[in-house]
Amino acid sequence: MITVTNLALLAFMAITAWAIARTLNLFVATMLAGIYSLLIATVFVLLDAVDVAFTEAAVGAGITTVLFLGALLLTDRHAKPHKHRFGTYGPMLLVVLLGAALVYTTLDPLMPHFGDAGAPAQGRLAPEFLADSVRQVGRDGPTATHIPNVVTTTLASYRGFDTLGEVVVIFTAGVGVLALLGGGAIGAGAGGRRRRSARKDGGTVSGRGSTTDGADA
Amino acid sequence: MIEHVVLRVIARLLAPFIVLFALYVQFHGDFGPGGGFQAGVIFASAFILFALIYGIEHARQIAPPAVARAAIGLGVLLYAGTGVAGMLLGGKYLDYSVLAHDAGHGQHYGILIVEFGVGVTVAAVMITVFFTFAGRRGVLEEREEAVLPPDGDEER
Amino acid sequence: MWQTFLGLYNYWIVILLMMAGFYIVMSRHNLVKKLIGLNIFQSAVFLFYISVGKVRGGTAPIVEEGITSYSNPLPHVLILTAIVVGVATVSLGLALVVRLKEAYGTIEEDEINEMDAAG
Repeated sequence: MITVTNLALLAFMAITAWAIARTLNLFVATMLAGIYSLLIATVFVLLDAVDVAFTEAAVGAGITTVLFLGALLLTDRHAKPHKHRFGTYGPMLLVVLLGAALVYTTLDPLMPHFGDAGAPAQGRLAPEFLADSVRQVGRDGPTATHIPNVVTTTLASYRGFDTLGEVVVIFTAGVGVLALLGGGAIGAGAGGRRRRSARKDGGTVSGRGSTTDGADA
Repeated sequence: MIEHVVLRVIARLLAPFIVLFALYVQFHGDFGPGGGFQAGVIFASAFILFALIYGIEHARQIAPPAVARAAIGLGVLLYAGTGVAGMLLGGKYLDYSVLAHDAGHGQHYGILIVEFGVGVTVAAVMITVFFTFAGRRGVLEEREEAVLPPDGDEER
Repeated sequence: MWQTFLGLYNYWIVILLMMAGFYIVMSRHNLVKKLIGLNIFQSAVFLFYISVGKVRGGTAPIVEEGITSYSNPLPHVLILTAIVVGVATVSLGLALVVRLKEAYGTIEEDEINEMDAAG
């Protein structure tokens, strides 16, 4: 049953990706990307990655779609029909060749099959994490504290440095968006301070806009 | 979308429950699926839903942008500060075992605090990014008004 | 034969999705479309990691009495953080696209290049 569902869901994902590549309507592409995220979240549940599925459903299908819609509102709803720089079939040929090469590598007899418990990836670290999380998390012998969710213990404790780095990346991205689009003011109607900053750098933006208008005409 | 009665009422009803669910996901992450990353996104989605229905100005009064921006840094500081606290108590950086009287409890506390820091930063970044995108048009309009001479207002 | 197909099917779909994302990034000039393509490429990598971590007969890595076989939690941890970092970087990319639109009046890459070439 799981196998059949897996086959079907992955096939749906491939179809959705194809549809995204085809459409010129960016609104449709965004919505299809949301569907794609929901499909991949379902596949993650099937593959036992419940935490990842949870994140993908909230982030991919929720926030990402809303952000894309917000960006479409500020830009265009439609893409222009594409002109091909390298001939109609150039990129397609390259992609097919690369894909064929990758498929050829999976045919190697040493390639561990999907779900193989003896695969190298299932080697030393994973059993250790699982055993440690049951017994206790720490260093001085077994204690009563159980943290059953191994993903949480690994995320926050064993790989604490890594997660700290990821949080800093998110922080940096947030600051970057503010720097690019925030307008340099705090709050919507923050009177004088906002006016001053608007006067200071507002001229360059509208100046740019008028020159490009001239280039268009 | 404030003129749709159904949307308006449902959004107002749903928002507190989404926040509650986010808190559940945040603090139940040790026992079931969940944790700071998911909880932060769910928390932010409550505000985004509210902003979509009631308008960005209304949502800004509930989640002031200055607070959200401060929270971006606070979450990272909370995470990094937990590591420093471990160092001050005699352990290594981000070693939670020294935070309580025994290692198991210390780890539990450490994981909870760190996950909370992650949740705060993720929620604040998502809220800020959404407000920034949604409020971009207002920023541009204000700039144009500020650049135009005082008598240029009639032309627009 | 059928066994081989089932054992490698996930990887093949990963390759297909990855190539679809790569194709969109290469061949489409619309910048928003390129970001969606990048998203597809990215989630193909996520799917690959999670597929590698799956153990047949295992269950989700949340420890319970009486269960002996779990899937590998390590890829889950890596991908969990990568998804959220992914949305943060996508939002940064979208912010850049919005600024490009404001500066050039278009989000088609070839038109922006032409404008730059024209000076």
